[in-house]
Amino acid sequence: MNSTPTVWDSQQLKIVIVGHVDHGKSTFVGRLFHDTGTLPEGKLEQLRQVAERRGVPFEWANLMDALQSERDQNITIDTAQIWFRTAKRQYVIIDAPGHKEFLKNMVTGAANAEAALLVIDAHEGVQENSRRHGYLLHLLGVRQLAVLVNKMDLEQYSRARFQSIEREYRSWLATIGLTPKTFIPIVARDGDNIAAPSPKMPWWDGPTVVQTLDDFTAEAPPLNQPLRFPIQDVYRFDERRILAGRVEAGTLKVGDRLMFCPYNKISTVRSVERWNAPPRDHAVAGESIGITLSEQIFVERGAVAALESAPPYELTRFKARIFWLGRNSFRKGKPYKLKLGSQEAECQIDSIERVIDASTLETVSRGEKEIFVGRHEVAELYLRTKRPLAFDAHAEIIPTGRFVIVDQYDVSGGGIILDDNYPRRSADSGHKSENIYWSHGRVTPEQRRRRNGHSGCVVWLTGLSGSGKSTLSMELERELFNLGRQTYVLDGDNVRHGLCSDLGFSPEDRRENIRRIGEVARLFAEAGVICITAFISPYRSDRDLVRKMMLPSQFVEVHVHAPIEICEQRDPKGLYAKARAGEIKDFTGVSAPYEPPLSPDLELRTDKLTVAESVARILDFLHVHDQAEEISI
Amino acid sequence: MDQITRLENQSIYIFREAFNKFEHLAMLWSIGKDSTVLLWLARKAFFGHVPFPLVHVDTTYKIPSMIEYRDQLVRDWKLQLIVGRNDAVLQAGQTFPSGKASRVECCGTLKKDALKQVLDQHGFTGVIVGVRRDEEPTRAKERYFSPRDRNMEWNVEDQPPELWDQFKTDYEKGAHIRIHPLLHWTELNIWEYIQRENIPIIPLYFANDRGERYRSIGCHPCTFPIKSNARTVAEIVEELRATNVPERAGRAQDKESEDAFEKLRRDGYM
Repeated sequence: MNSTPTVWDSQQLKIVIVGHVDHGKSTFVGRLFHDTGTLPEGKLEQLRQVAERRGVPFEWANLMDALQSERDQNITIDTAQIWFRTAKRQYVIIDAPGHKEFLKNMVTGAANAEAALLVIDAHEGVQENSRRHGYLLHLLGVRQLAVLVNKMDLEQYSRARFQSIEREYRSWLATIGLTPKTFIPIVARDGDNIAAPSPKMPWWDGPTVVQTLDDFTAEAPPLNQPLRFPIQDVYRFDERRILAGRVEAGTLKVGDRLMFCPYNKISTVRSVERWNAPPRDHAVAGESIGITLSEQIFVERGAVAALESAPPYELTRFKARIFWLGRNSFRKGKPYKLKLGSQEAECQIDSIERVIDASTLETVSRGEKEIFVGRHEVAELYLRTKRPLAFDAHAEIIPTGRFVIVDQYDVSGGGIILDDNYPRRSADSGHKSENIYWSHGRVTPEQRRRRNGHSGCVVWLTGLSGSGKSTLSMELERELFNLGRQTYVLDGDNVRHGLCSDLGFSPEDRRENIRRIGEVARLFAEAGVICITAFISPYRSDRDLVRKMMLPSQFVEVHVHAPIEICEQRDPKGLYAKARAGEIKDFTGVSAPYEPPLSPDLELRTDKLTVAESVARILDFLHVHDQAEEISI
Repeated sequence: MDQITRLENQSIYIFREAFNKFEHLAMLWSIGKDSTVLLWLARKAFFGHVPFPLVHVDTTYKIPSMIEYRDQLVRDWKLQLIVGRNDAVLQAGQTFPSGKASRVECCGTLKKDALKQVLDQHGFTGVIVGVRRDEEPTRAKERYFSPRDRNMEWNVEDQPPELWDQFKTDYEKGAHIRIHPLLHWTELNIWEYIQRENIPIIPLYFANDRGERYRSIGCHPCTFPIKSNARTVAEIVEELRATNVPERAGRAQDKESEDAFEKLRRDGYM
């Protein structure tokens, strides 16, 4: 359909029309076209004749509902785009279906729009999809919205009715953080307040729909943001090796040193390539171009070129808000394909924070084992990818902050990446070494704590041989692991085979043994792991040495205590017998001293407690610890 | 960035996605203004090259100068051309011009079925087509990447979601994807671009001495010229800015019944 312009300029705005089913979206669009003189010649006559031939009343909606099945059912099934103009500029109107069943078509329409008109039936008022569409508009990044209260004739053009709908819906939008530009009372069928003010609603002194459209602003390309140039493909059609792609944010110039993420390769832009266009040495956001590089490096589709001073995040786990459109639910434990710009990676749900009913904003309650997001639901969750992705938070850079999920053959969901305190590569880390691993050394303890859900610490078990340290440590490790904690046991015998194989059992060697174990345990704790050690560690001064290596809150001293007679009875390795026979010298408790802790964090009488009870006490303690110090599990 | 440049950049992006994702890719070239602009955009996307074959579905009823123009560009631009033709139906004479088929049936066999034969024969899984949303209402509902099943049918009631330039590039064996890089262009945009880029266009679009020109071209028995004095691209742009007449008004097959064109397209027509 073409148009009858008076002023011609190149500005164009894409508007999506959304709202609940039967609230009059397609009727509104048909009438808007008519009232702005945009209908092609003969179109109105053709529609009237068709209606007459079929013996049905003429419907403005038939202009958009082009499919026979749509006209038969009087509903819009798919999203359609048509053009019209006002005196100010050209518009692409995207009509989106209001049926919940066709939500994927609504999302398709809305995702491509810069502004939205949401239609609410004055008689029916705010309905399920009025709210759901509002929520999805916000999620999809549409920030300009006007609300049309339609069919005012059914409510006797009542100002009070209009205001009550405005109040109700405005407060809903406020809860999701969307502020509408205006509410307008209309009768789409009759053209009231569409292109001209309505004589039937003299109380309305606000704008018409056309005036409101002209007040929307066109989206400016993100020129002033950090450069993001995702590589779509690499071409060798001739002697040039061209990296092709679209600049998604910022500006790219000849001479720029580019870092290709997440591959950590660096090269310099030698030329910006275009065909049959005046040569320019730079390209801005929105331009599909090619570049050649000064130093040849291996780069392929999926790399994101950025300036070294402002790279994207490069991680395998991130937080997102997603909407799900697939026939099958989005399930934890099942692999999916994630597409972000030109990157693709296998992904899985890591954890679901909450599932939201987008029409009520209520959290959907599910059984513990039902970990999924159902069709038409929205969720906040963590995703994990098999290989690192280069991305940004949606709030910072939109094109690299959103993605879709493919289930088998179908795009089944989409999402935006939320801020989550991600570690970022430092500006110069790429210079230092070709071998620096991504995000190396830039991760803070706080970031580790947030990812793991707990801090690292050392649970230091001390006690006589046979007191139950090894048994307890293994059980504690198993329990913590099952609870989803990062944990590892350093066991006396294992350490003696490797790390400390050069040491004997003299007081000096015992001291060095404990010092090394303490250092290793500290590294584990710093890495975010709950490290459990099971060593006799008989000397108080040695244990104090280890305690001083770390923060007080990181060191938990547990005295695993059983009377020596009991230990000797247990004698799991037959060591007491050997010591009594004089075959082992310097055996703690027999021929060498054991200095019990004076004030241990925990003392476990293993002659009185079962293994499970002992483990439970340690778990309890770690939990209390958490509340007192705001660290740990 | 002006509007035409924005459209151009988007089309280039789509071309490059298609070329990366489809090993067996071809582009339909009808010799008309749209698919010639499409061809130009392919050269933009691939830096002067056209790295896939062009398919021309020849009904043998094309206006003769179209074939001359086609062969000229194939030579000048070093294009790979595959010509598809439904020889069985042509030999049996079951066509509209010979009075043995309706216009729509004729489009169905000589264009749609001929296309299917070419796709099957060459195993193309991606087919680039120059349709635009503003041409007619069912095309207004198209996707950039639009799946067709093994029978070439278009399930218009259940189309894939398409958002944030993520397209349907995964599909069942036997299906193929139609790729529509011009979907967001209007007829006027096409002519503005022809003007800006100085693209060689077949002269049938320009007014002759009788004051007639083709606005949309196809087979001569079913395509009619419009009254016009626009003899240059600039004059066509001026004419279109003022017109209110739909582009396909001169295409007779659209008018046989209310949903004639919809049915053709559901069955796999372009």
